[in-house]
Amino acid sequence: MTAYADLPLIEQAIRTFAALILVTSFALLAQSRVVAAIQVFAWQGFLLAALTALVAWNSGLTHLYISAALTLALKALFIPWLLIRQARRLGILRDLDAVIRPGLTLMAAGALVIFCYNVVVPVREFTQVVTRDAIAVSLALVMIALLMLITRRKAITQVVAFMSLENGLFFAAVTATQGMPMVVELGIAFDVLIAAVIFGVFFFHIRDSIESLDVDQLSRLREIND
Amino acid sequence: MIALAVTLLMPALTALVLAFVRPAPVGTRINMSATTAGFAASVWLAWNVLTQGGIHGAQFQVDAFNVYLIVLTSFVGMTTSIFSGPYMAHELELRRVTPRRMRLYHASFQGFMFTMLLSLSTNNLGVLWVALEGATLATVLLVSLYRTPESIEAAWKYFILCGVGIAQALFGTILLYFAAARVVPDPEQALQWSVLYAHAAQLEPVVVGIAFIFLLIGYGTKVGLVPLHNWLPDAHSEGPTPMSAVLSGLLLNVALYAIIRIKMITDGALASGVAHDPHLAGKLMMGFGLLSFMIAGLFLHRQRDIKRLFSYSSIEHMGLMTFAFGLGGPLATFGALLHMTVHSLTKSAIFVTVGHASQIAGTQKIEHIRGLVRTQPVVGWGLLVGSIAIAGFPPFGVFTSEFLLLSATMKSWPWLAVPLLAGLAVAFAGLFRHLHSMVFGPSPAGQQPIPLNPVPVALHLAFVLWLGLSIPAFLARWFDEATRLISGSGLL
Repeated sequence: MTAYADLPLIEQAIRTFAALILVTSFALLAQSRVVAAIQVFAWQGFLLAALTALVAWNSGLTHLYISAALTLALKALFIPWLLIRQARRLGILRDLDAVIRPGLTLMAAGALVIFCYNVVVPVREFTQVVTRDAIAVSLALVMIALLMLITRRKAITQVVAFMSLENGLFFAAVTATQGMPMVVELGIAFDVLIAAVIFGVFFFHIRDSIESLDVDQLSRLREIND
Repeated sequence: MIALAVTLLMPALTALVLAFVRPAPVGTRINMSATTAGFAASVWLAWNVLTQGGIHGAQFQVDAFNVYLIVLTSFVGMTTSIFSGPYMAHELELRRVTPRRMRLYHASFQGFMFTMLLSLSTNNLGVLWVALEGATLATVLLVSLYRTPESIEAAWKYFILCGVGIAQALFGTILLYFAAARVVPDPEQALQWSVLYAHAAQLEPVVVGIAFIFLLIGYGTKVGLVPLHNWLPDAHSEGPTPMSAVLSGLLLNVALYAIIRIKMITDGALASGVAHDPHLAGKLMMGFGLLSFMIAGLFLHRQRDIKRLFSYSSIEHMGLMTFAFGLGGPLATFGALLHMTVHSLTKSAIFVTVGHASQIAGTQKIEHIRGLVRTQPVVGWGLLVGSIAIAGFPPFGVFTSEFLLLSATMKSWPWLAVPLLAGLAVAFAGLFRHLHSMVFGPSPAGQQPIPLNPVPVALHLAFVLWLGLSIPAFLARWFDEATRLISGSGLL
C-alpha cells in the first residue's frame, strides 16, 4: 500500500478533490436553506468537473475533457441556474427546509462513509488503492444523497438530493473506470437534462395541486386508509 | 438492418412531428398510423431475423429472443393506440384533458415506444440504461396528465422511486464496466453485451456478483418487484388508461428483459467460481419473484380501485416470471417466455376494458361499477373473459404457461410448488371476489354505453385463446430458439 505523500502530485490532487466532493455532500445534508443548498450543489458540480479534467490530464484520455465540459455546463451551471430561477418564481428561494436533528443526521452520514469503506475493503479485486477509494467514496456519495432524499420534505431540496445522487454515480464512472463510452455519457447527460427540465415543470404542478411544495402533503395514495 | 432502422426511427420521428401537431384528431390519426407502420416494420424485422439469422452489430443486437419482444411491443403499441383514439376523444369531451395536453400525450406515447424498442434492440448496456431512464421521463408527465392531486402525487412517486431505483442500476453498470475493462482492452467494446457474454468466464466473479445485485435492484424497481413496487399501482391507477395498458404490457417486460440479459452474463462469470454460488443470480431472482408473487396476491384482496386491482395482478405475474427465469432450465424458460407474451396481451386487453368500464360508470371505484353486461355487453364480457384468462383458467394461454412453470418447479424444487399453488389460489380469489357484481347485477339508472372500438380487446383475447389451444409450430420453434439462447438448451 502506498502512502499518500508518495503518490505523484496529480494523484494527490485527484484524492483531494474527491475528499472535497465528499465534504460538499455533507454540507448539502446539513444545509437547511433552499438557496444555500442549491449553491452547495453547484459547487459539487464544479468540483466534479475539475476532478474529471484532472483525471483526463492524468490518463491522457481526451474524451474525458468533453465529459468535464458537459459536467461543468450541466451540473455546475445549468441545473443550479434552473433550480434557482424556478425557486424564485415560486417564491421559495429564501425558505427553510429544516433538517430534523442535524447532528444525528450528520453522524449517520459519517457512519455511512465508514460502512461503505467496510463493504469495499474486503473485496480482493479492489486492492488497487485508487479504485478502492473511488468505489468507496462514490458509494458513500450515493448513500448520503439517499439519506438527504428521505430527510427532506420540500420538492426542491429532494430534487437537489436526486441530482447529487447522479453526481455520485458520475464520480464512480470517472474515477473507477475513467469514464464510460462516449455514446453512454452523452445519453446520460441528455437524460439528466430532460429530468431537470421535467422537475422544473413539476414544481408548478405540485404547487397548483396542493398549494405548497411540501411533499409530506402528498399522502392521498396509500394502501391502508380509512 | 433497414427493417431495424425503420422500426426504431418510426416512433422517434413521429414523436418529433406530434410535438408540433396542434389539432387533437390529426394527432390521434398520425399516432395510430405510425404505430401500425411500426408494427409492420417489426414483423418485417422478425421475418428477416428468423429466415436469415439475427443482426449482430457493434451497436445493435437482434436475435430470436429480443425480436419476439420487439414484435410484441409494437403489436401492443398498435392496438393501444387504436383504443386510445375514441377513449381520449371521450376524455377530451369530458374536459379531463385539454387539446394542448393531448399534444403532449401523443408525443410522449411515441417517445415511450421509441425508448422501449431502443432498450430491446441495443447491444450496449449503457444505452440500455439510458433508454430505460428515458422511458420513465417519457411517461412521468403522462401519469400526471389529469393534474389531479392524486395524479401529481403518483407521478412524483414514480419519478423519484424509479429515478433512485434506476440509479442503482447505473452503479451496477459502472461496476460491470469496471470488471470488463480488465478483460476487454477496447473501452468502446467493454459495455457491449455480446462482447461481455463472450468473455463472461474471464470476468471477476465477485465484482460481477455485486454488479448484478445493484442491477437487479435497479431494474427490479421498474419490473415492480416487492418491496420496490410502491410506485406501480399509483402510476397505473392515476394516469390515463392507455398509459396503464402500455406500462403493464410493455415497460415491465422490457425491464425484466434487461435483468435476464444481465443474468446471462452473471451466470457465465460465476460458473467457474468455486468459492461462490454459481446460481447466485438465479436464486436472487427466485426469491424476489416469489416474494412479489405472494405479497401482490394478498394485496389483491384489499383493493377498492379497479385499476389498482389489476396493477397488483401485474406485480403478481411479473413476480412469477422473475421466479421462472431465475429457476432457469429449458422448461421454465420456455414457460416464462410464453407467460410474458400471454400476460402482455391479456393485461393490456384488461386495462383497455377497465378504461371503458370506468368511463361508463364515471369512476374507478369498484363498488360503484355495476351491471356492465346490461349497459354495454361488449365491455362486461370483455372484462369477464379477460379476468378468467388472467386468473389462469383453461383454455387460455395463461393456463398453459402457468402449467409449464409449475411442472418445471416440481422437477427442480418440488417443495416450492406448494407456495406457488397457494399463491395462484389466493390471487384467483382476490380477482373474483370483486368481479361478479361489476359484470352482472342491475345497472344503476342513467348508465349509458360509450363509443368504443372493440377490435383491440377481441384481437388480444383471441390470440391468448389460440395460444392456449395450440401454439402454432413456427411460434413454438421461435420460442425454442429463444429458450436455447437464454438457457443453453432447447425444449423441442
